[in-house]
Amino acid sequence: MHISLIPETLGHIGSLTLTNTLFTSWVVMAVLMVMAFWGGKKPRLVPDKKQNFFELIIETVFNFFVEVWGDTKKVRKFFAFLATFFIFILVSNWFGLIPGVGTIGFYEHDEEFVSFFRSLNSDLNATIAWAVISVIATQIAGFVTLGAKKHLGKFFNFKSPIDFFVGILEFVSEISKLISFSFRLFGNVFAGEVLLVVMMFLVPYILPLPFFMLEMFVGLIQALVFTTLTLVFLKMATETH
Amino acid sequence: MDAVSLKEIASAIAIGLGAIGPGIGIGLLAGKALEAVGRNPEASGKIQSMMILAIAFAEAIAIYALVVALIIKFV
Repeated sequence: MHISLIPETLGHIGSLTLTNTLFTSWVVMAVLMVMAFWGGKKPRLVPDKKQNFFELIIETVFNFFVEVWGDTKKVRKFFAFLATFFIFILVSNWFGLIPGVGTIGFYEHDEEFVSFFRSLNSDLNATIAWAVISVIATQIAGFVTLGAKKHLGKFFNFKSPIDFFVGILEFVSEISKLISFSFRLFGNVFAGEVLLVVMMFLVPYILPLPFFMLEMFVGLIQALVFTTLTLVFLKMATETH
Repeated sequence: MDAVSLKEIASAIAIGLGAIGPGIGIGLLAGKALEAVGRNPEASGKIQSMMILAIAFAEAIAIYALVVALIIKFV
């Protein structure tokens, strides 16, 4: 049973290490791009079945965002960004459950098994990247919408001593968002992988089924939570309170 | 009590104690949400989405404890 916190390297491209999670992310990106091109090829006013399916996905996600935020125009501004988070994280979580991911691979020189694919979000580098993108995008949205002085005025507030400390707390909470975003997603996906490996090691047949269902549910919920939290922080950053 | 067995015990204690708080927290959250839906069944959609969000926050703390336990065991 081979579990490692660090993703295994498959090779090197120049000086860049190619890990199996990086390779999996390329595969997921290729799948998403193919589906996007195929789905949006000839849009018609009265949709056929294929276009209807994609419109269903987009409309459900859009309605959910509008329900949480409340303002349709602003959701439309940020929709592409947020929906990309949701769809990419969801598909990469569910991709890690496909049979073959984690089992198809080769044996390295010292008897260690290295698989070709590994769930993208079980790599702390990937989840920290998501968190950094989300937090920086929130800051930029705040700067653009409110203006630099008002946005920075939330964190560096010199009106009274209590306001000053509240500003410092807000600043620290922005940093803690980085950590909480990345570790929530990483912990859920990596712990799910470990759980599945242990279950299949103990009882290979029938018993892992409820755990696969749990992992599908957890993958969906984590994508939803990441996107909803980014939405809520964007909402808080783009309005004056 | 050599280092290896202490590591195992530490890993177990980390996740064991770390799951108590979030467990209680999630139970309280779900209870209040169910109560609120019972009082006002029309708002059940809004209550449900807020409940899921809050549960994910509470569960994140348990996940932090799990990550520490995994780091102790595998690194």
